[in-house]
Amino acid sequence: MRNKFTTLISTAVPLPIENIDTDQIIPARFLKATTREGFGENLFRDWRYDKEGNPKPEFVMNSPLYTGEVLIAGKNFGCGSSREHAAWAIEGAGFRAVVSSFFADIFRNNALNNGLLPVTVSEQMLAAIFAAVEANPATELKIDLQAQTIEIVGAEQKESFEIAPYKKQCLMNGYDDVDYLVSIREEIQQFEQKR
Amino acid sequence: MNTLFDKIWDTHTVKTIDGGSCVLYIDRQYIHEVTSPQAFAGLRRRGIEVFRPQQVTASPDHNIPTQNQHLPIAEPQSAEQVATLVKNCAETGITIFPIGEAHNGIIHVIGPQTGLTQPGMTIVCGDSHTSTHGALGCIAFGIGTSEVEMALASQCILQSKPKSMRINIEGELKEGVCSKDIILYIISKLGTGGGTGHFVEFAGSAIRSLSMEARMTICNMSIEMGARGGMIAPDQTTFDYLKGREFAPQGKAWDEAVERWSKLRSDDDAVFDKEVTFDAADIEPMITYGTNPGMGIGISGTIPTSEGLDEASKVSYAKALGYMGFSEGEKMIGKKVDYVFVGSCTNGRIEDLRAFAHFVKGKKKADNITAWIVPGSKEVERLAIEEGLKEILNEAGFELRQPGCSACLAMNEDKIPAGKYCVATSNRNFEGRQGPDARTMLAGPLVAAAAAVTGVVTDPRDLM
Repeated sequence: MRNKFTTLISTAVPLPIENIDTDQIIPARFLKATTREGFGENLFRDWRYDKEGNPKPEFVMNSPLYTGEVLIAGKNFGCGSSREHAAWAIEGAGFRAVVSSFFADIFRNNALNNGLLPVTVSEQMLAAIFAAVEANPATELKIDLQAQTIEIVGAEQKESFEIAPYKKQCLMNGYDDVDYLVSIREEIQQFEQKR
Repeated sequence: MNTLFDKIWDTHTVKTIDGGSCVLYIDRQYIHEVTSPQAFAGLRRRGIEVFRPQQVTASPDHNIPTQNQHLPIAEPQSAEQVATLVKNCAETGITIFPIGEAHNGIIHVIGPQTGLTQPGMTIVCGDSHTSTHGALGCIAFGIGTSEVEMALASQCILQSKPKSMRINIEGELKEGVCSKDIILYIISKLGTGGGTGHFVEFAGSAIRSLSMEARMTICNMSIEMGARGGMIAPDQTTFDYLKGREFAPQGKAWDEAVERWSKLRSDDDAVFDKEVTFDAADIEPMITYGTNPGMGIGISGTIPTSEGLDEASKVSYAKALGYMGFSEGEKMIGKKVDYVFVGSCTNGRIEDLRAFAHFVKGKKKADNITAWIVPGSKEVERLAIEEGLKEILNEAGFELRQPGCSACLAMNEDKIPAGKYCVATSNRNFEGRQGPDARTMLAGPLVAAAAAVTGVVTDPRDLM
């Protein structure tokens, strides 16, 4: 059973770069573990740390100004490989939602399967969120999964977002697909027989 | 009025649950060492057995060394991952093709090569380049580890049906242009998100004229334009390729299969959500100059300027060129190259090695070049030796390594050093993909060969 996702109110970490691929989120050399834990430390590894492992002060995650459980990123976030380690790394680093104007398909599925909510907003909304957070790092975002809305707290900007109804139920209840699929094994067997 | 994709998808849909999530039946699942251990651990935690182990095939490929494969893997974490795969397969009754054995290789090379991949199938693997198999007329796509666990647990995964897209390449290709150039051209036109949400069918006379292996290169990189997968309707080329392969149907079953497979094509009146057509004659040998596969140009061209991009895109564009050490407006021809990598699930098949070897025959490797020629499988390696390609390579100063994913993603020792330039026949030029701070220029085997013998980016047509 995963953590249930209902409403999240949090400050955010802005990463205004487009086409952030999964090799940036978690470089391949960190994919050698056989468990799901520990990937958060290496999230955005080569942007976040220098070769000696010292934090690069210019990278947003190393700034004390920006904290929170929401990551905001430029369009086409999560393109590239199918590695679920990317979702594990983001979740492992303490994020519960990622906001962008466009997500790569496999990443979106991987995120949803790990209780990490990908929120797709319009280009205008994304620009407004970046502007608000960069102007005031204490700006909070409110993400209401039941209502499927995201808003900049204290501002007039609010937008609704799409999510598949089944996936929404899974996130809100902490269910997972494996439990469901195993529960219908008999139906699957019947399907196999009549093919 | 159904598309090829609809026909296969619909006959594999066990049921549709609220909101359109489909329970999709999977005919064949491939697994490798990197994205499967957590899935097996999940099954153990839940106390569930693998549902249909006979429909799953494993091959370690991502972090295996490409030299001295008879020795134990030196790097302890890689060794543990591979050992974990071997153990998981042994415990669950899944067939594995171990390192060094005749069937081993990159999973997307050995699927088609052994005949395990067949038209009309649904295929998944925890690897985005699973789209490669679509070249044989099947629905094949990459999945995450949670989905690997789903497929192991139930032989099904939950998926929303993607939208449909057809990309037509019509006309004749110019000399010196290969299928890698076609796909790099398409991605340069549509961008890395141009196919997101869609499953692509590649069609048109130029696609039909391609060999089976050349088609695999095209479908392989569907994911680089964001597409869920790519496919090509099976035809005589497909059947000729598959006939007699170890796991392909034999005898009467073969004839029946061909009859069934021959019907697998989009109806004439099928409507696609998106359709684009390109002229084959417009395609030149391609090379990338930036840090995503959409940043490609014809080799004789110049690096585009950022004019016309919006502010957000300008920042990303400048970051990419800064990483590469390139400037807007520069020519690609003549740029210095340090490494050449030929291999991967994109261009590591025998036809790629033939193209490279024939090009360098009688020429010499440039002194400033370090070249890694990595076959996609043991079988490709065997053929390269049998056909005399290895000898040609050796005479020209190149060495044929052992199979694996190698420098495509640099999980093993094959890493491009920081700051160095590599012309690579693989699929991704992301920052650090081939090693921290390595700079990748993606291209086909001929452009790689031209760079390997001249030491700089060179139009292969000038040397042919």
